[in-house]
Amino acid sequence: MERPLTGHIKKGEAPPGFREYYRAGGYNGTIKALKEMTPAGVTSLVKASNLLGRGGAGFPTGVKWSLVPMEGENIFPKYLVCNADEMEPGTFKDRLLLEGNPHQLIAGMIAAAYAIQAGTAYIFLRWAYKKAERELRKAISEAYREGFLGKNILGTGFNLDIHVHTSAGRYICGEETALLNALEGKRGIPRTKPPFPATSGLFGKPTVVNNVETLSWISHIVEKGADWFKGLSLTGTGGTKLYGVSGRVKRPGLWELPLGVTIGEIINEHAGGMHDGYAFRGVLPGGASTDFLVEEHLDVKMDFSTVAAAGSRLGTGTMIVLDDRTCPVAFLQNVEKFYALESCGWCTPCREGLPWVEKMLSAIEDGKGKMEYLDILKFHTSYMGPGHTFCAHAPGAAEPLQSGLRFFHDDFKRHIEEKKCPWK
Amino acid sequence: MEMKVVNIRIDGKPYEAHEGKSLLDTALSLGLYIPHFCYHPALGSVGACRLCAVKKFRDTNDTRGRIVMSCMEPVVDGLIVSINDPDAKAFRAAVIESLMTNHPHDCPVCDEGGECHLQDMTVMSGHNYRRFDFRKRTHNDQYLGPFISHEMNRCIQCYRCVRFYRDYAGGRDFNVFATHNNVFFGRHEDGTLQNEFSGNLVEVCPTGVFTDKTFREHYTRKWDLSNAPSVCVHCSVGCNIIAGERYDTLRRIMNRYNGAVNGYFICDRGRFGYEFVNGKDRILSPRTRDSRDLEQAEMPADQVFTALEPLFSKDRKIMGIGSPRASLESNYALLRLVGEENFFHGISGKEQSLTRAALQFMQNSGIVVPSLKQVEKADAVIILGEDLTNTAPMMALAVRQAARNIQITEALAKGIPFWNDLPVRELAQDRKSPVYIATPVKDSLDDVAERSFRGTPAGISKLGFNISSVIKRQAIVPGDNDDEIRNLAEQIARTLLKAENPLVIAGITCLDGNVLNAGMSIASSLLSLNKKVMFIPVLPESNSMGLALMPGKSLDDAADTLSVQGTDTLIILENDLFRRADEDTVANMFGKSGRVVVLDYLNNPTARAADILLPATAFAESQGTIVNNEGRAQRYYKVLAAGEGIKESWQWLNQVSGIRSDNVPVSPGHFDDIVASMVTALPVFSAIKEYIPDADFRMLNAKVPRQTFRYSGRTAMNAHRAVSEKRVRQDPDSPLAFSMEGRRESPPSSLVPFYWTPGWNSVQAFYNYIDHPNGSMKGGDPGIRLIRQAERVNSGSFEMITGYFESEGDGWLIVPLYRVFGSEELSSAASSLRQLVDDPAILVNRRDAERLNVDDGDSVRLETSGKRLVVKVKIENSLVSGVAGLTVNLPGMNFVDLPASGEILKI
Amino acid sequence: MLTEEEKKEILEEAELYPYPAAACIDALKIVQKHRGWVSDESVGDIAEILRMSEDEVDGVATFYSRIYRRPVGRNVILICDSISCMIMGYKTLYKYISEKLEISFGETTSDGRFTLLPVSCLGDCDNAPAMMINDDHYNNLTVEKIDELLEKYK
Ligand SMILES: Cc1cc2nc3c(=O)[nH]c(=O)nc-3n(C[C@H](O)[C@H](O)[C@H](O)COP(=O)(O)O)c2cc1C
Ligand code: SF4
Ligand code: FES
Repeated sequence: MERPLTGHIKKGEAPPGFREYYRAGGYNGTIKALKEMTPAGVTSLVKASNLLGRGGAGFPTGVKWSLVPMEGENIFPKYLVCNADEMEPGTFKDRLLLEGNPHQLIAGMIAAAYAIQAGTAYIFLRWAYKKAERELRKAISEAYREGFLGKNILGTGFNLDIHVHTSAGRYICGEETALLNALEGKRGIPRTKPPFPATSGLFGKPTVVNNVETLSWISHIVEKGADWFKGLSLTGTGGTKLYGVSGRVKRPGLWELPLGVTIGEIINEHAGGMHDGYAFRGVLPGGASTDFLVEEHLDVKMDFSTVAAAGSRLGTGTMIVLDDRTCPVAFLQNVEKFYALESCGWCTPCREGLPWVEKMLSAIEDGKGKMEYLDILKFHTSYMGPGHTFCAHAPGAAEPLQSGLRFFHDDFKRHIEEKKCPWK
Repeated sequence: MEMKVVNIRIDGKPYEAHEGKSLLDTALSLGLYIPHFCYHPALGSVGACRLCAVKKFRDTNDTRGRIVMSCMEPVVDGLIVSINDPDAKAFRAAVIESLMTNHPHDCPVCDEGGECHLQDMTVMSGHNYRRFDFRKRTHNDQYLGPFISHEMNRCIQCYRCVRFYRDYAGGRDFNVFATHNNVFFGRHEDGTLQNEFSGNLVEVCPTGVFTDKTFREHYTRKWDLSNAPSVCVHCSVGCNIIAGERYDTLRRIMNRYNGAVNGYFICDRGRFGYEFVNGKDRILSPRTRDSRDLEQAEMPADQVFTALEPLFSKDRKIMGIGSPRASLESNYALLRLVGEENFFHGISGKEQSLTRAALQFMQNSGIVVPSLKQVEKADAVIILGEDLTNTAPMMALAVRQAARNIQITEALAKGIPFWNDLPVRELAQDRKSPVYIATPVKDSLDDVAERSFRGTPAGISKLGFNISSVIKRQAIVPGDNDDEIRNLAEQIARTLLKAENPLVIAGITCLDGNVLNAGMSIASSLLSLNKKVMFIPVLPESNSMGLALMPGKSLDDAADTLSVQGTDTLIILENDLFRRADEDTVANMFGKSGRVVVLDYLNNPTARAADILLPATAFAESQGTIVNNEGRAQRYYKVLAAGEGIKESWQWLNQVSGIRSDNVPVSPGHFDDIVASMVTALPVFSAIKEYIPDADFRMLNAKVPRQTFRYSGRTAMNAHRAVSEKRVRQDPDSPLAFSMEGRRESPPSSLVPFYWTPGWNSVQAFYNYIDHPNGSMKGGDPGIRLIRQAERVNSGSFEMITGYFESEGDGWLIVPLYRVFGSEELSSAASSLRQLVDDPAILVNRRDAERLNVDDGDSVRLETSGKRLVVKVKIENSLVSGVAGLTVNLPGMNFVDLPASGEILKI
Repeated sequence: MLTEEEKKEILEEAELYPYPAAACIDALKIVQKHRGWVSDESVGDIAEILRMSEDEVDGVATFYSRIYRRPVGRNVILICDSISCMIMGYKTLYKYISEKLEISFGETTSDGRFTLLPVSCLGDCDNAPAMMINDDHYNNLTVEKIDELLEKYK
């Protein structure tokens, strides 16, 4: 099985340095893009590969790039931003790529920046990733030294600077427009869309924001082609995916697998199944902002459309498993508290709705809930739903809640009727 | 901006709408109410509160539709939406329910109660049952200075305050802090809000977070106030205001919408300066003294005319001094009493000639004289010699908006509509339309200026004339122009030539003829190239322009005439001469006058020096017309009963004219009779009579009530004096009634005493009085332009008078600096505002201070134009070397004739 | 007053952006790196160097959870309280540390040695429960490991 993204990452070892990765052909795609292809050519190749964004929303990367104006007045400077914020609970996939092979990301970013003709790129890095920061900075300075960054890269006349910006916290900064505000040194409030960053982004200029995993692909795709990429997945969507599992499983961890492996295979084979004495009750398949799937969904293939059809989202592909010895109400209370605290405070349903949700969940968990809360909770899942709020933060919070209320209805009822948490 | 008319459907009904506007804006224009908070017509849409939700349908087959925010939805042809859709309604109710989870239940004791946007929206959205049973979040409140009270727990996080204060008004000492439901709006620490427009927070905030502290001190519910349409008297811009009364005191000033002038906002001087009306400095009864070495003593009312009779009998020589802060009618009544040849304007010769020069230019040159609204639309602005924030604050605010025009144009080119506030700002970042400011000292508008030039008045005018020459492709004005001036002039000229809507603002208040001439010269050069160009001067006072339109000579002329011929009786109308001429001159004038009669309402030095002092009414107790700097005549109406024996100046003067047998009073002596007489005598004012409703105006046989129909206590409020209900006060002079009865539906725009329509108790009721948000008042914006654009272009030519006010030798050039709080006479008597008035100071730059061997706060002796005064030094590095700025017209300060050269001596 | 070193670092960051205010967050982090937290005075100093107002700087500072506007101890313990760590038992960990140090979340030991704070997900979910002390990550934690770990921080 091919593992293009993680093939050069060896557990417990330092990431490959420039020379090593270069010799292994890691920069081949980048060189090809810059020396042999037009920017538009790179974009259409990526479009043809059907690379879908790995940041959670699954938007086609080539399409996103093609929205960037390539001619006309006042289009420069343009920016490329790598979203390495990764702050969603249960999500730890970009960390591996950042710590394990920063050159792969840099190679991809150079090709991506070339495609949209951006002269400056920022890596917006989660504050806690100290090791990743060190490795990135080291790799970037190597790339400068080797003439892959800076002025006139490889003698092609293309210039690119990459800066690392470490975040100061706040999950919302992972939302791409909030991220832009944070990069501008402002409060990390999301921006109105449209206009999309491709037309008015960082400092008001055309900007593309892509996830670490997405960008790590680019050089590979340029080197090996769209068909190769498509062939990697089991469902034709394109590519492999980093899948992670956390919770009470035997071997929590992260694996690069073809897009389209089933949930059951990931949990039971790669993660080794449930820990002894624990039974599977459900899973958030794509991080804390995705709907619960349960036993009956274990055969669902983990790719964008199939998970969506099953009523959840592929999200970041990092699963959180709920076991039978963890109270689902406490589980949701924890998740919703996170969302309530991380709300940016801009729009009403999110800012006011989430704390109310969290308070009701706490009350139920503490045995002080009322039946009426179940209706109010349910109402909030649509009240905070997509289109109702300014950004996707609150709708993300609504997902586990709405499915949790459905799948664990009896547990909720028992809490209220017995006036205590049955797990306590 | 031309907008295409398209067809849309709202709740099944067809409507015409303007393409590209927001749906919310459109609905409000159509009289369809969509609840909202974060949208404000002047601030645009940001989609934060989510209250304006409606259902949008893809096409007629779409029955499910989806919820969208109407404030963020652009109108397109064929748009189908529903406001009444059950899902949309439920969603809006839920938003209110959300906001109510933390909002305190303190309506009965909340200052905002009864005029609260949140109350309106709660009722409109239909949320009424509380399901939230947890604790509310609470915040600490802050001390924000003498004007604004802060009660953060009432906040519903609509972000309007911070968007007004920072984005709209340019204030930087206010912000939103923290995140999630803990966001806090205020300052980083307690302290007085620094922005001159902070008072608008009171109206912009939809709840009671920011309330009027001065109103709080003598609080009354909105529905218990009597209100009248009024006009601000604190500068030459003439913002429209609503004055509110209870128990015979003036309680507060609120904005009154005028689409052409102040829109939704007024400055803090205008909002909080009103306290002088209730102040302890009022003249409450006639006073007199038999000889000048005696103190004035109160005079019984019935003796006033006996005392006046001999002073005004036909054989007496009389002279009258008018005032730029008195109404046209009062000035006219004086003019009529004393005769044109004996009427003097009560302003210095310099001020008069500058004002008249500007006026002539405005009347004859063919220039466009912009309203404030048009100022906002300028795409290039040059300001010469005027510190707008301190002399005409709302014009500064308008220029601040003009600086944003490039952002709006750039956004539009990318398909982002102007109302979509955040993207417009994000796209343009800090790019600004060109504004150039040339003033002696740093300016609060500098942050929006492309370049600010600092120099002497001579330097400023040199710059101006250079710009003008470049525009006309003439050689640079000969003389010692340095490269800086030349290059800057080139740059500004190029910008102005490129602009489609250039604007020249020239100061009169800097009192330097060359500066004004330079401004007019730039404008006329552009005109001569057939460019569309706007020109507007800033004048010193509320009716400076009205006075300039009248015949009459200056105060200097009066002094000269008096010193040659003397007079038997000198009558002074609402004017403190000690602010306008030096003490000796005024003393001489008094010396040459047999008896001096003064009409005024504030006990100033001139009033104290009178032989007979007649108590006049302040604006809130009077009716009158004043003309603002664009030549717009606007009328204010009384809201307050003046005390016993206090009369409006025009009433006093008209009655006095009966004493002279050759000059019978205008009869029967109502306000309209004076106006009629005035327009006959002075045809420049004839438009006034045509346009402003007279006292006979009725709507369905009824007057317009000053009180809301909920007005309470009428039968009881005087019970401590007499148990039977007093007859309501009559007002024969206006179409407004001092009562709650009458027709309140859509009075003429200039007669709107307050905003109220069913469902809207908050100021937000203004939607029902305007044709569309940011448009005009229904029936046209109040006021009549007396200056029409001349058809024939006759711009004249302007020359620089050289050698004028250059500093001589080693001496200093002293220039006048105005202070928004302090330099205006009336507002300085307001107790809250007075707290923000600094002591007089002389400003010099650090190097000059070192040369003088003084530091910040040291006292120095200033000698200039024959005056010596002791003032404190303030370091201000923006001043050029050799120039010192004296803060002028502050309370208690003597007149100093500036600009002038002078000496500064360390003591 | 900012030290020369702080100033230099801030100005270097400011160079990377089109205008100085864009380096606001970096500046806050630089000051915090040197002083542990950001005082009112530092807010004023940053405002001055980046040509912002204090209100502007503080509006940003109070937005971000990893900027401390109140003093912290010499060592800051961040215990992840997000979902994976909850499942894996962060509460036991917290209880132990809290009792040992006699402080709750948000508090600092009386000797100023430790401040204890909750933190959202650290990205160590596969090795939960996890925590950070200053810049160091610790995961797969058990109560037994705590004593020795804390000993490393004086
Ligand atoms: C609340 C919120 C948090 C997000 N956090 C992240 C994140 O940490 N990392 C990320 O790559 N994308 C995150 N996203 C998604 C981004 O907005 C954006 O879609 C993504 O960075 C685009 O990259 P892609 O096209 O490569 O997927 C978040 C979105 C939301 C609404
Ligand atoms: S949903 Fe609204 S309040 Fe929540 S994070 Fe997004 S914009 Fe902010
Ligand atoms: S008015 Fe539309 S969201 Fe607030």
